[in-house]
Amino acid sequence: MSAIPILKERQKQIYQKGRTPFEMTCEKHSLAGSVSQRACVFCGSRVVLYPISDALHLIHGPIGCAAYTWDIRGALSSGPQLHRLSFSTDLQEKEVIFGGEPKLYQALIELIDTYRPKAAFVYSTCIVGIIGDDVEAVCKKVSRERKIPVLAVHSEGFKGTKKDGYKAACDALFQLVGTGSVQDIAPAGINILGEFNIGGEAWIIKKYYERMGVQVVSVMTGDGRVDEIRKLHGAALNVVQCSGAMTFLAEMLKEKYGIPYIRVSYFGIDDMAKALYDVADHFEDDPGIKERARKLVRDEVNAIYPKLKEIRKDLSGKRAAIYVGGAFKAFSLIKALRYLGMKVILAGSQTGNKIDYEILRDMCDEGTVILDDANPLELSKYIIEKRADLFIGGVKERPMAYKLGIGFCDHNHERKIPLAGFEGMLNFAREVHTSVTSPVWQFVPFRQR
Amino acid sequence: MLLRHTTKEIKERKALMVNPAKTCQPIGAMYAALGVHACLPHSHGSQGCYAYHRSTLTRHYKEPVMAATSAFTEGASVFGGQANLLQAIDNIFTVYEPEVIAVHTTCLSETIGDDIPQIVKKAEADGKIPAGKYVFHANTPSYVGSHVTGFSNMTKAMVDYFSEKNGRKTNAINLIPGFVEPADMSEIKRMAAALGVDVIMFPDTANVLNGPLTGKFKMYPEGGVTIEQLKLTGWSTGTIALGEMASGAAAKALDAKCKVPCRVLNLPIGLHDTDIFIDTLHRMAGVNVPEEINLERGQLVDAISDWQQYLYGKRVALVGDPDQLLSLTRFLVALDMKPVYMVTGSPAGKKYAQALQGTVAEIPDQVQIKVPGDMFLLHQWIKNEPVDLIIGNTYAKYIARDEDIPLVRFGFPILDRLGHSYFSTFGYRGALRLLEKMLNALLDRKDRDSSDIEFELVM
Repeated sequence: MSAIPILKERQKQIYQKGRTPFEMTCEKHSLAGSVSQRACVFCGSRVVLYPISDALHLIHGPIGCAAYTWDIRGALSSGPQLHRLSFSTDLQEKEVIFGGEPKLYQALIELIDTYRPKAAFVYSTCIVGIIGDDVEAVCKKVSRERKIPVLAVHSEGFKGTKKDGYKAACDALFQLVGTGSVQDIAPAGINILGEFNIGGEAWIIKKYYERMGVQVVSVMTGDGRVDEIRKLHGAALNVVQCSGAMTFLAEMLKEKYGIPYIRVSYFGIDDMAKALYDVADHFEDDPGIKERARKLVRDEVNAIYPKLKEIRKDLSGKRAAIYVGGAFKAFSLIKALRYLGMKVILAGSQTGNKIDYEILRDMCDEGTVILDDANPLELSKYIIEKRADLFIGGVKERPMAYKLGIGFCDHNHERKIPLAGFEGMLNFAREVHTSVTSPVWQFVPFRQR
Repeated sequence: MLLRHTTKEIKERKALMVNPAKTCQPIGAMYAALGVHACLPHSHGSQGCYAYHRSTLTRHYKEPVMAATSAFTEGASVFGGQANLLQAIDNIFTVYEPEVIAVHTTCLSETIGDDIPQIVKKAEADGKIPAGKYVFHANTPSYVGSHVTGFSNMTKAMVDYFSEKNGRKTNAINLIPGFVEPADMSEIKRMAAALGVDVIMFPDTANVLNGPLTGKFKMYPEGGVTIEQLKLTGWSTGTIALGEMASGAAAKALDAKCKVPCRVLNLPIGLHDTDIFIDTLHRMAGVNVPEEINLERGQLVDAISDWQQYLYGKRVALVGDPDQLLSLTRFLVALDMKPVYMVTGSPAGKKYAQALQGTVAEIPDQVQIKVPGDMFLLHQWIKNEPVDLIIGNTYAKYIARDEDIPLVRFGFPILDRLGHSYFSTFGYRGALRLLEKMLNALLDRKDRDSSDIEFELVM
């Protein structure tokens, strides 16, 4: 493998533990011309809000933004399925010249009259920011006329990174908070933030908390409902998963309603157990909660442990590369992979910050490569050099891993089974095992020599 | 009932697209550019655009899809994207080392009015384009046309930038395949080779987006038309463009620029349109049709005759791209089926709608055609009067499930099944495959729905 050129500007976004001094640069806008794996502001807003299934999601822009995000993320709903349809104002040249406000107004009225949603989210796309439609004004007008909240999401694609899209989504959500009754909320009530119910994960987590005797007031936003958002200020604690997406909302709730928050991860045995204990600690006035949490963890771990042990036999010593959206997820993955006896040889994220990368550095073994906003050449270079057996990433990384002749696990939109919680850990182990030990890899040319 | 929110009552919608049967221009431009050898498509716009295009193409092809972006910021959106594109060109040639960069615009860069040729000229003057390497571009505003328009524009750009004329002629025929699968492009080349015709196909994504597992990651796979070949298109004897909407513009531009006469045909899907393709190709190249091709045709007709009783009178709903719909509808009519509902999301024009109407003129049932329309409307039609079969991309599976109607996947994107990358639906063999897929869908349904008494072994 010949050395690939790495741009001078990018050298500080790549770090090898023990080899180079740690001066990681991150939270930078991607370089023009880079084949980055990142997305845009709109993408961030869309993935956060989309699981709210009794709300209307209208995308104001040319057709593409709606077409590419039509039901691509398996955020399951136990009730309405309105979020799985694709609504767009399909802006044409005429509207780009003369403005899209009348079309937006008409589209909203048609949709609201047909579907009677509980609320409507209107996503601004790049072009809307350029032609200067007053989306806020149209939303207010429709809201007055149809008596439902109509919320503008300021998600013009070019106005930052995916993280800014999370923030725009949180801003929209926050407008709903505080408009519902909090009468029926118990003292030990929490909100689950940053859990999107991919593959039904929110249902698993929710059940754990309920078994502990903690009331889940709302899940933001997995299997979400508008009425739950309205009353989420009645909870005593916000439990935030996914570092990037929902911390903004947690901060706002803390400031306005004085609700404290904790950061957790539901991935892997240690982190899952810690999440439950941390919540129990918060409600220490009721020692029963902690007791039930302990029993729950014991029961759940006992149920999966023998099976995990079996799987570990095959995976022990195998090497994994991780490239995910938020760095927080990478922490959990490293721990979970270690639990399976695997070694992490590359860890990277699209949007990690300085502190994230410091934690990563401290967690990783000597020689592990740490990457911020990597491109495919860099990823493939290190996967080959470090002889990875597994790649964990998202949709764009999967075929690359396969081309290199190694296993893959999607820990992003396209996971089809729940990977969160204790049972999720077993699912994860099985998925990794299936992929890494697949007989297909023996047919890869370099293994046949 | 996933689409329980679909109303049976049809109201005219003026401002709203629900469940689109199209997407935006840039993805078509990116796909076309991937059909040039060692070309890196470049999206001049926000980072999200190209991330979505790459993801969608990756889901459809299950292959790595490489492209770069100008990664617009707020500053670029106010002051123009020139600095971004200049930096991008420099970075791309330094790090990713393609032979050629194909720039396409987005709604954002179109609206702020970036002048791509001027920026490329500046890059050239600044020495950012290494000797023997190229940058070319197409304007692909997302708010005009559809993904098919984007493909057409990028394909035409190949002619505008590269086709040369020097007075000499070669025996080669140019083939413009349309926005079709890599497998279809291979099939066209196979048929041409069987006729002994020397061809230049552009774009050509065969062995780019359906490549083998090698244990290596290649930014630029083996396939794709080379710039040398693109230059030579101006010397060819003639051009056959398949599909008016996707390929017509490039063929006409080549005629105007280099005086290479062209014929614009329907896509060679089904019996008639393959006949016309073979006939045109052999006349243009002055060769005979070999026995091999005649045999394939004979086998197709034989198979149709064997199974016609199961095809007769079957009502079919179709959603897809304009060029595909036209040939497909014609094939269904030849099979004695009844294509009754047709929707394309692309604004293909009145003339196109009339041509489509013409293919079903003999159908006794009430036929509904909407150009441009969306899948929501198609579903409403089906709710009002059902069909026996749906043909469409993966998104049609919601309708198929809710209404309990068999679905044959055809078109873009297909996100949930294997096949389209490897097995063509073009030519007589492709028609045989389509026939097989439709029959299997219909007969599986018949087996499923038959009572114990009616259940038949032999069909």
